[in-house]
Amino acid sequence: MPNTATVLSATGIRKRFGALTVLDGVHFSVGSHEAVGIVGPNGAGKTTLLNVLAGSLKPTEGEVLFRGETITGAPPEKHSRLGIGRAHQVPRPFGDMTVFENVLVAASTGGGHRGQQAYRRCLEVLDLCGLLELSNRRGESLGLLHRKRLELARALATEPVVVLLDEIGAGLTDEEAGELVQTIKQLRSEGVAIVWIEHIVHVLVQVVSRLVCMDAGRVIADGDPEAVMGDAAVIDAYLGSSAACRS
Amino acid sequence: MSGPQGGTERLSALSIQRWTPLSRAFTGGALALAAALIFVPVLLSANVTQKLTSLFILIMIAVMWNALAGYGGLVSVGQQAYIGIGAYGTVLLAHQGLEPYAAMVLAVVLSGLVSVPASYLLLRMKGGQFAIASWVFAEVFAIIVTLRVDLGAGTGISLIELNRYGAADRQAFTYWLTLAATTITLGLIFVLLRSRLGSSLQAIRDDEDAAASVGVKVMAGKRILYIIASTGCGAAGAMTLANTLFIVPSSIFSVKWTAFMIFMVLVGGLGTFEGPIIGAVILFGIQDLFADEGGWYLVGLGMTAILFALLLPRGLWGTVGERFGIQLMPVGYRVRGLGRTGRSPTGVAPADEAAVSRAEV
Repeated sequence: MPNTATVLSATGIRKRFGALTVLDGVHFSVGSHEAVGIVGPNGAGKTTLLNVLAGSLKPTEGEVLFRGETITGAPPEKHSRLGIGRAHQVPRPFGDMTVFENVLVAASTGGGHRGQQAYRRCLEVLDLCGLLELSNRRGESLGLLHRKRLELARALATEPVVVLLDEIGAGLTDEEAGELVQTIKQLRSEGVAIVWIEHIVHVLVQVVSRLVCMDAGRVIADGDPEAVMGDAAVIDAYLGSSAACRS
Repeated sequence: MSGPQGGTERLSALSIQRWTPLSRAFTGGALALAAALIFVPVLLSANVTQKLTSLFILIMIAVMWNALAGYGGLVSVGQQAYIGIGAYGTVLLAHQGLEPYAAMVLAVVLSGLVSVPASYLLLRMKGGQFAIASWVFAEVFAIIVTLRVDLGAGTGISLIELNRYGAADRQAFTYWLTLAATTITLGLIFVLLRSRLGSSLQAIRDDEDAAASVGVKVMAGKRILYIIASTGCGAAGAMTLANTLFIVPSSIFSVKWTAFMIFMVLVGGLGTFEGPIIGAVILFGIQDLFADEGGWYLVGLGMTAILFALLLPRGLWGTVGERFGIQLMPVGYRVRGLGRTGRSPTGVAPADEAAVSRAEV
């Protein structure tokens, strides 16, 4: 549970696609300066929850609150401008624009920076994400690692209060994931709240102080990372023991 | 990660470049050329004046289509709607007793006004749906005009009101108006593409959802671009009428306009500012040399377009500009001074490696 003022929260979120219920009454919140990890087996609804929090999906039921005010159903650009940054699971660079231009779009729209100040901020963010040398490369020419970094850099350039990260470590080597952890720690020390979906739990726990486990569209555990990973329901969800054993 | 240690000092060694000496010189030269072109009707023959007017019209529509498709990702097959509205709007207003050149300017405004409600209808669609719907939209206007006897129905109509001016004066006025319209539209698009909105539009073109997620107002951006491009095509329509004096709905609303726009933009270089202008000059040259060959001329155009799509997919300027790193009218950004920092982009600080080696797999 949030130890400080809640920045972003979702209450009673349900999301149905036709007959399929992907989110089934999810309650979630993240405090300012807090880092929360979300784990859970494939199809648990993690990315859908992130989409709802980022405004790219409207929940069927429930409310999303940013600093206590409802933003349910507001368009994604509004979320971004309010301070909700987002890095996609599959990186989506602006392929025909340079790395610098990719970040500049984010800094000048979501981030609200102008002129020289925007340039300056872009260079800082690119430096932080280890992309400075590649500033003039076209987005589509980047490999996976750099695409993931660009995804993060763009989210940071929007000056987020809270940043939503979707498996930005997936597909990276341990060494590369380690670099990413350093960047995210740096962010946290600057006071940005973090919501991070990741399968690689040992990477996740280097950063987060709280872990949420989802299964079948519900939150099944929420709390101290070690306690959550030891929770019977979590082990059950991951190891997939017989359905009869599930509570 | 190669963190921000000692960053401020190194970062301040970097600068953002938009203009180069070459591009400044070229842009200055282009403005000087536009100024010099003012004297063409005085110094050269009526024939040259009329041909240059046609060239300016081609440049205008090529630049507009490139802005739409190459920078905004809006592949329209229906911009001829506004060419027709610009032309028939001029006829309608002139028939009401308005001075014909004033009618042209007002018809351009009218094209822009029509594009506002149209944008609410058409921009709801994406990709192929948008392309086809925009074409249908143009056909609807063609049919409406065909049904209006007072507009000459299917047999066409002349702008007889222009007869109050002598042939030479008329040709000169039309030329100057077209030159002004072309210069203004090119300047406007150039400023727009260099602005904050310009880079937002390119982001929309590359990935609409990702653009929204970093704060780009996607719909507003598309709408502004669509309205500007439609107004520009309206101007091209009004000028075409003034240049040829006679229009037929099946021709002014013809999808061949879109074929020409695509040809010019693909041959010149989609998504480059300079390309469509080069493409327009090439199309103009081909039309001038081969237009008498009838059907074979269109076959030749199609073949040329296919060859370019296969062999030079980025177009003439897209290929040349990229190979030599030249931008004559720069709309992008370059970070300068990176070479001096001499740091590997994947450099790992030792502390991070330790952290990684402790982590379990």
